[in-house]
Amino acid sequence: MKSFFNYISEILRGIWTLLVGMRVTAKYFFTPWRNVTQQYPENREKLVLADRFRGEVVMPHNENNEHACTGCGICELNCPNGSIEIISKSIVTEEGKKKRIIDQHIYHLGMCTFCNLCVKTCPSDAIVMAQTFEHAHWDRASLTKILNKPGSKIMDGVKE
Amino acid sequence: MAELKEIIISSDNIKTDEYLVNMGPQHPSTHGVLRLLVKLEGEIVHNVQPHVGYIHSGIEKMTESLSYTQIPHLTDRMDYLSAHMNNEAVVCVENALEVEVPERVKYIRTIMAELQRIASHQLWWCATGMDLGALTTFFYGLRDREDILDIFEETCGARLTLNYSLPGGVMFDIHPNFQNRVKTFIKKFKKILPEYDELLTGNVIFQERSKGIGVLSKEDAIAFGVTGPSGRASGFSCDVRKHQPYSAYPLVKFNEALGTEGDTFRRYQLRIAEMWESMSIIEQLIDNIPEGDYTAKMKGVIKLPEGEFFQRVETARGELGVYIVSDGKKNPYRVKFRSPGFSNLFAINHIAKGWKIADLVAIMATFDLVIPDIDR
Repeated sequence: MKSFFNYISEILRGIWTLLVGMRVTAKYFFTPWRNVTQQYPENREKLVLADRFRGEVVMPHNENNEHACTGCGICELNCPNGSIEIISKSIVTEEGKKKRIIDQHIYHLGMCTFCNLCVKTCPSDAIVMAQTFEHAHWDRASLTKILNKPGSKIMDGVKE
Repeated sequence: MAELKEIIISSDNIKTDEYLVNMGPQHPSTHGVLRLLVKLEGEIVHNVQPHVGYIHSGIEKMTESLSYTQIPHLTDRMDYLSAHMNNEAVVCVENALEVEVPERVKYIRTIMAELQRIASHQLWWCATGMDLGALTTFFYGLRDREDILDIFEETCGARLTLNYSLPGGVMFDIHPNFQNRVKTFIKKFKKILPEYDELLTGNVIFQERSKGIGVLSKEDAIAFGVTGPSGRASGFSCDVRKHQPYSAYPLVKFNEALGTEGDTFRRYQLRIAEMWESMSIIEQLIDNIPEGDYTAKMKGVIKLPEGEFFQRVETARGELGVYIVSDGKKNPYRVKFRSPGFSNLFAINHIAKGWKIADLVAIMATFDLVIPDIDR
C-alpha cells in the first residue's frame, strides 16, 4: 500500500515540476512586450549595425573621386588567404618623375574571412570595413570587386 | 560502406543479436558532422567508435604558412563557441617574445573570455535541453546569448569569429558603451539564470534522464585527459585559470566549481555554476579596467626565437594547449593545438557502455562537443 502511495506521489511531483517549468513560459506568453523577436526583411530600415561591424572591405572616395590608396601592397601581404590583389602601374608625373600608382585594387569577397588585418595595417587608412551584410549573389564572378573607382586618383597629402 | 563491411567480416566474435549503427554524420544530436559507430544489442550500447575527420580543415598545417598575426583568425574557427579563448592563446607568442602586455589588455581579455564562456554555456544549455526533448530551452538560451553577441559586435566587430586578440594586445580598444552594456547584461542575466533552473533543472523528465547516467570517475577523467567542466564534474581539479593563471586571472577571486558524482546531471549543474562564477569574475574587473594602451608595441614582422613554446588556456570546453616549434623565421615551423573536445570525445566509449542509446545522446550533450574543435 505504501509503495502505491509513493507511486502516486511520484506522479504528482512529476506533474508539479512540469508546471513549474510551464510557469516561466506562461509568464512570457502573457507579457508579449518582453519578446525580442524581430521580423528580418521587414525591419531592414530600422536595423542598426555596430560601426565596427566587419561586412565588406571598401575604399572610400571623396567627392572629387579621390582615394587614399598608394598601392603599397601591405594589405595584400597581410591578407591570410589572398583575397586582395594589387595591380599597380607606373606613370610619369608632371615633374617628369616616374611613379608607381595603383591601377586596380581587386578584392575577392568570396575568399574573405573578415579578419580586419588589411584595414588595421593599412598605413594610409585607404580601406575600411563597411556594414553591409547581404552578400548573396547569383553569380560567383560578381563577388570579385575592384575597389578603386574608374578614373579615380590619389588624394593630395597622402604620404607615400 | 567498405569500412563497415570490413568490420562486420573481421569481427568473428560478433553475436547474432548485436548490430552496428551509424550515429551521424548527420545526426542532429551530434551538433555537427561527427560519426559514431555504435555497437548495439537491442537498445543497449556495447561499444562506441568515434570516426572523426569529416570536417578536418588542416588548421595546424595552414598555420605553417602564415605569420603570427595571421594565425589567431584561424583559431576562431576551431572551437567557434569559445573563439575568444582560442584567440587568447596568443599569450604563447607574447611569452616567447617576452613582451609585457599592458594591464588594460589583460583586463579586456579576461572580461571578453568570461563573456564568451557565458555565451558558450548558454548555447550548450539550449542544445542540451533540445537533445533531451525540451525545445523551449533552445529559444530562451539563444535569446540571452544574443545580448552577449551584440556586445561582441560592438567592440570586436564580429559576432562569432571575433579575431580580437592579436600578439601584443587586442584589435580595437573597447567601445565607449562596453562597460555599461556589460553591467546591464550581468544585471539582467542574474535574474534570468534562475529561470533556467526553473525551466529545465527541476524538470522531472530531465532529471530522470540525467541523474546517475554515464558516470565518469575521477581516475578515468585523469586517464582520458577529460578537462573543463566535464572533468571537473568528476572531481578532477583541472582549471587552468586557477592552476596556471594567465591574463588577469591572478587578480580575481573565484571558486573552481567542482563536483564528485561525475554523472550527466552533475556535468549539467557544473556548467550552470560556472556561469555564476564567470559573472562574478566580470563584476570584479569591469569597473577597474586601467587606462592605457590597448596594444603593446610590436614589430611589423614578428619572429619568434628558435625553440619550443607551450601555453595552456581554459576554453569553455576544457584545456586548450598551443605548442609552437619555431626555427626563428616569421612562420612557425610546426604548431600543434591540443584541443579539449578531442580528448573529451574519446571518454564517451568508456562511460556509455551498458547504457541505452538514448542515454548516449544525454552523455554527448553534457560533454558539449564542438566538432571543428575535434577535427581542426
